[in-house]
Formats: sequence, C-alpha cells, structure tokens
Amino acid sequence: MSRLRQSLPGIAIIVLLIGAWWVSVTLTRSVIFPKPWQVVTGTVELIRDGTLWMHIGASLGRVGAGFSLAVLVGVPLGLWMGWMRGAYDTLNPLFQILRPISPIAWIPIAILWFGVGNASPIYLIFISSVFPMIVQTVAGVHTIEKRYLRAAENFGVSRYKLFTQVVIPAVLPQIIVGMRIGLGVAWLVVVAAEMIALRSGLGYLIIDSRNAGNRYDLVIAGMIIIGLIGLLLDGLMRLLEGLKIVRWRYAH
Amino acid sequence: MPTKIEVAGLRKSFATDKGTLGVVDDVSLQVGDGEFIAIVGPSGCGKSTLMRMIAGFIPPDSGRILIDGMTRTEPSPQGILISQHGSVFPWLTVQENLMFGLNGNESTREKIASADHYANIVGLKGFESSYPHELSGGMLKRVEIARALAVKPAILYMDEPFSALDALMSLRMRNELRKILGQERHTVLLITHDVEEAIHLADRVMVLSPRPTRIQATFEVKMPHPRKLTSPEVQQLRVAILKELGVESED
Repeated sequence: MSRLRQSLPGIAIIVLLIGAWWVSVTLTRSVIFPKPWQVVTGTVELIRDGTLWMHIGASLGRVGAGFSLAVLVGVPLGLWMGWMRGAYDTLNPLFQILRPISPIAWIPIAILWFGVGNASPIYLIFISSVFPMIVQTVAGVHTIEKRYLRAAENFGVSRYKLFTQVVIPAVLPQIIVGMRIGLGVAWLVVVAAEMIALRSGLGYLIIDSRNAGNRYDLVIAGMIIIGLIGLLLDGLMRLLEGLKIVRWRYAH
Repeated sequence: MPTKIEVAGLRKSFATDKGTLGVVDDVSLQVGDGEFIAIVGPSGCGKSTLMRMIAGFIPPDSGRILIDGMTRTEPSPQGILISQHGSVFPWLTVQENLMFGLNGNESTREKIASADHYANIVGLKGFESSYPHELSGGMLKRVEIARALAVKPAILYMDEPFSALDALMSLRMRNELRKILGQERHTVLLITHDVEEAIHLADRVMVLSPRPTRIQATFEVKMPHPRKLTSPEVQQLRVAILKELGVESED
C-alpha cells in the first residue's frame, strides 16, 4: 500500500505530461507531430511485423558484446592499477585524458578502423564503458580498509588467497557500481552509434523512421522503448547489489 | 618460565609538519612464556604504536624485538593482533573467517572441523554460516578471537579489544577470555586504558608515561583467577595504578 502511494506521484507526472502532449497536438493541429495514441498504434505495427524485436535484439547484442569486453578489460586492469602503484602512475594520466572524450567524437575513427559493420558500435560501447569501470575499480582498491590488509598480512596468507578472499571481495561492491555506470553509458551510446550507417538497432529505427516519410510516431516509439529498456538494464544491475557476497556493503 | 618476548631499547618517532614527534622513548620489557601482560597508559601516549612495533607491523627507529630469542621484523601468524575496531572480513561467513588463517596442508574437512571447534569455544555454535553484519558487536569480537585462536598463535596482541563494547559485554568477554586462557596456553600482551580490565586479566600491569612514552611502573597481580573485582586487594591496586597515571582517587 505504501509502495503504491510512493509511486503515485511518479505515475501522475507521466500521465499529466502525456495529457498535455495530447492536448497541445490537438490544439495546434500539427500534421507531423503525432498524438500519443498514434505512437501506440505505431508500436503495435512494429510488433506485428516483427521489426521491433529485431531492432531491440540488434541493439542489445551490440551492448552485450561491447559491455562484456569492457568488463573483461576494465576490471582486471582496475585491480592491477589499484594494487600496483607503478601501473597507476603509468596509466592513470593517459586514461584521465581519454576518459572525457565523448564516444561520439570517436565515431569517425571507429568507422576508419572498423568500417560500418557491427564492430564500430561495439568499439564505441567498449570505449565509453571501460573507463568508468576502471576508475571505480581503482577507487575500490584504494579504499580497502587497512585493517583488513593488516589481518591478511598477519595470518601470512598466500598472494592468491589475499586476492581471492580479501582484495576482490572488498572491491566487488565498487566493481558493481562501475558496471552499473558502464552499462548505462553503453546503452546511451549504442543508439548514437547506430544512427550512423547500420541497418538495424533502435538508433537506426529512429533515424530511418524520420528519413523514410517523417514517421514521427515511430521516432517517439523508439525513444520510449530505449528509455524503458535502459530502466530494465539498470534494474538488472541493481539485482547484483543484492548478492550475498556484497550485501555487507549495503546492510546497516 | 622461559622468556617469550624480549624488547630492548625500543624507540620510535614520526616526522610531522612541526618537526619530529617522539612517540616511544626507550621501552624495554620482558614477557615470560604464557604470561599475561597488560599495558595501561593515558590516551594518545603511543600504546598502539608500541604494540604494532612489537607485533612486527612497523619497524622501530632503534632497539630490538626478540621472540623466542629470534629477531622479529615482520608480522607472523605466531602472533596475532586483535585491535579495537576488529578486522573480521564482512564478506566472509563466520566459518570462512575462522578458516581464513588455516593455510597448512590440512584437508578442507579438517579446516572446517577446526573452525567449528573454535566457533564452539567462543559460543558461536549455530552461527557458522552467518555473515558478520548479521551479528552483534560482542559476537563479532568472538569471531575475531576465535579466528586468532584457530591458528594456535603463541602470542595474542590485544589492542583495546573490548573498548568498543558496552560495559556489560566487555565484562562478559573478559570472563570468557580468562576461561579460554585456562584451556589454551597463550602469551598475551594487552593494551587497555581500563585499569580494572588490566587488573582483572593480567599477571603484570605496566603503566606507560605520556608521550614520548616509556614504562613508568610495573605492578604484579598475584591474586588467583577468577578474580573478584570488589575485593580490597583489587581496589588497592587500582588506586595505586591510577595514582601512577596521575588520577587521584576520590577518597
């Protein structure tokens, strides 16, 4: 009951916005901007002919590939940089320069290197989500409380045990935060990347709908679907925070 | 009684913005095998620094530390440090924590058996698969002690181990520690600011001076265990130690 009451204002503002949209399109008699109902019928159309699933699948596949690659590179690299002072001093300045470069700026180079196939967007996703994960993982290693490291030193454990039972579990909550940020950015970037030259994906759907006959109902449908899937992906990452091995970080 | 720990001429100072700060100034002491020594001193006097040097975590500027006649330069499982804030790993279960220090060639089954044995000793039976955040402060302290006992260390270094607990729990833990020491032989070096705790537990109480610290006085505590804290001998000793610390008693 209280949860329902909590989500009520959030739902109300969305309903209000849709109402205002409907009224203003009706009043201005716009021929291009669709009414909310047209967006719904447009979406149904996409579902019927199966293209919606194809576009969603293509976008998720690219995000999955680029993001997985970023996890595989970013987490070990972050652990290494966090643990080894020399690695940090060597790589951190470079990464701090690369990090603020928008993935959009990489598009020309990505096309040059990887062409206009799937590799380009995957590379863009990789480059955009790898840095947040490195940064979070490094911060995680740097903030391990000394008393835990001291205890490990005291018990004289092997390097392997130090890493598997102390360092990695201690950093895991931060790694998950990095993954959440990384996946969020990845999803943001896939749409931009797909606007370039591919023939599938939600970004392509949006650009193609505009180019092929000003189908703004499908443009807005695509935008809303992107938003909803982004919400879903973040929800999935939040499930990781409930894992038993990291619950200590959030339980108080 | 053979000598377990021998500390001679230990000094330590730290560099600060305002110049060097002398923390430990020429401390020498000897601890017999199986002896329980309590070190009391005013807060900020360098007690913890002294303890960490003896345990091998920080090197002294000068002086030496011998354990069983051998120079100690780094921490070892032969002497486990238990500190005020504890270092029970929050991401491991109680059982995994107790198994953490078991690095020998025992099989996993033997390690589990050993962990469960020590969980039992400190009264944690039934909590083996709990995570630390599900336990109270007193129980966490038990995990910490059991984890140390599990590696059968010759020496326990206890740095204000019970000061984060409430008075009642602290008293209970003291009684349990005494009971455990009746069963298992350990040399104990305890740092505390609680004079009563020192008298309750130790064979000898050393009083440290303010910084830079040195040993100012040593008191033998001859009463047999279990000690009655209300007895006149305890009260007399308490007054004498407090006087050393510069606190005149109320009477």
